[in-house]
Amino acid sequence: MRIALFVTCLGDTIAPGAGRASVAVLERLGHEVVFPEEQTCCGQLHWNSGYQREARRLARRFERLFGGFDAVVSPSSSCVGTLREAFGVRNVYELSELLVGRLGVEDVGASFPRRVAYHSTCHSLRITRVGDAPFRLLGAVRGLELVALPRADECCGFGGTFAVKNPDVSTAMADDKCDAIEASGADVCTALDASCLLQIGGRLARRGSAVQTMHLAEILASEAPA
Amino acid sequence: MTTLRPFPLAARQELRNAQLRTNLRHATDTIRAKRARVVGEAPDWEELRDAAAAIKDDVLARLDRYLEQFADAVEAAGGHVHWAEDAAAANAVVVDVARRHDVTSVVKMKSLTTDEIRLNEALEAAGVEALETDFAELILQLDDDWPSHILVPAIHRNRREIRDLFARTISPGLVSDDPAALAEASRRYLRERFLAARVGVSGANFAVAESGTICVVESEGNGRMCTTLPEVLVSVVGIEKLVPTLADLEVFLQLLPRSSTGERMNPYTSLWTGVRAGDGPQELHVVLLDNGRTRVLGDATGRAALRCIRCSACLNVCPVYTRAGGHAYGSVYPGPIGAILTPQLVGIENASTLPFASSLCGACADVCPVRIDIPAILVHLRAKAVAATRRPGERAVFALVAAAFGGARRLALAHRLGRIAQRPFTRAGRIRSLPGPLAAWTRTRDLDPLAPRSFRDWWRAR
Repeated sequence: MRIALFVTCLGDTIAPGAGRASVAVLERLGHEVVFPEEQTCCGQLHWNSGYQREARRLARRFERLFGGFDAVVSPSSSCVGTLREAFGVRNVYELSELLVGRLGVEDVGASFPRRVAYHSTCHSLRITRVGDAPFRLLGAVRGLELVALPRADECCGFGGTFAVKNPDVSTAMADDKCDAIEASGADVCTALDASCLLQIGGRLARRGSAVQTMHLAEILASEAPA
Repeated sequence: MTTLRPFPLAARQELRNAQLRTNLRHATDTIRAKRARVVGEAPDWEELRDAAAAIKDDVLARLDRYLEQFADAVEAAGGHVHWAEDAAAANAVVVDVARRHDVTSVVKMKSLTTDEIRLNEALEAAGVEALETDFAELILQLDDDWPSHILVPAIHRNRREIRDLFARTISPGLVSDDPAALAEASRRYLRERFLAARVGVSGANFAVAESGTICVVESEGNGRMCTTLPEVLVSVVGIEKLVPTLADLEVFLQLLPRSSTGERMNPYTSLWTGVRAGDGPQELHVVLLDNGRTRVLGDATGRAALRCIRCSACLNVCPVYTRAGGHAYGSVYPGPIGAILTPQLVGIENASTLPFASSLCGACADVCPVRIDIPAILVHLRAKAVAATRRPGERAVFALVAAAFGGARRLALAHRLGRIAQRPFTRAGRIRSLPGPLAAWTRTRDLDPLAPRSFRDWWRAR
């Protein structure tokens, strides 16, 4: 299948690993990935911050670039949710959703022998509603031990500009999330959104924690050393 | 209207209170679990939510007609109807009733609407003491405190604090902080006052247009005392509290207790229609309060906030509320519902930080029994806040970012410039300190720097 990748503004400039890993997984499964190079941002940042005119312009730009594809994949449930709910875009899928729901794949041939906690990001849980797709994918990764995360459905405190507009509440939320991750005994915390991982990883690092953060795509792209 | 204190500042202060966070966490965890249990056992929960939203939307679409129908029915049943455009007008009605009956005190049941209009202060200014008879409201009144939760107004207090307060005020010598002992102390104090009261004041959970009936649900029974013992009753009713028919209560009396206290049914449900000779109050005044509600009604997106039945389920699941507590919201309506209701009631320019007091996690919308899409309304109000306030620095940043997103080459250029700008702040691949607005991030969190190689550069080179 020919699949267009929307890497997102954050995934282009700050966390390119998730996009590279998405390409690796899809190509390993025999799909053709294309990257419309004019892409930038879906408009979520402006939309959620009260700048709707700019947001609509960016959403229209997205439509122009991606409207012609059967399937667009993005390693961000948050951007996918906004494109769908706020802007009515229909042909866009979050990566785990595309793999399990549309392509019917659970075992992507990955190997990752570590203890992993999966953080259900708010938008994957309640907006994009990816269901158990990430768990099915993680369950098929060789060597991976999935550990339960207490209060898994609770927000990490990122929330886009919320993290800087309300830094104290945001940090209190991050601390509770980090406590839960550390209590879980995980080596790695994973999620479907690089943005939430920026918050969780940033707080974990500041607390001096040894727990790493990785996007789900990066785990799915991991292969056993030859 | 005075401008509310910015939420981030208020929240910062509240967050310093570790006891508050522990109390809140414990209390909201308990209510959440109870709610989830009783909601889970209702087989038609989603249909009930649909029905409630549809009934409320119908009321809001035809509010003028339902209000007239309700007012006519109240008067036909022997009650008096007063139309109050704002808090001052509503308070004046209650003060006037108290004066005409020459009383120096009234008994009150728990009512957010009367808190909203600050009725107690207005009565006090007129020389009338308003005695709160709900256990939690009594605690707050005795300590000159303010509600921090819609259902559990004193959620920020623990029982030792309450024992000390009672020993200092209504029950000298009280030693035990056992809940039963605390309840007994308040009961002894209140019972005398109920029997002596000549004027009672209530709010309303629902007002039935077809019959003129007012409905109140409660747990303690003090409300029934307030509405049945005094000769005169004043009920302050927000105009959005209407439902068309008595049969419609079937929907709401299932949704409200399960969403609110996590009970299948609340202990006391009182309904009264006008006056009846020899039974209950012989004089009934119904104050229909606007106080900004018609302004909310004028906003096609925001008006869904008027569906709210004040269950507080959104507070209990909100990650912001459970950290910051209710007082940070600066209004009697805290939490997610407060963040969308208060700015609309008092004007966005007076509460412009409240729509931003949310990470848009969506937990509130999932539990709302009347299906208010709170995150969508928050986003809508954020746009209104941006339009109504100056924010020169922020505006410039968002314009600049929008320009960078206007084309791939511009974004690539911005990435390259950003890489240069971040150099002095980057150590071992992490940013630990930044100046300006981003310091709010780096004060407590490391930041990943802009990647050495963007995705698009990697793509081109592969």
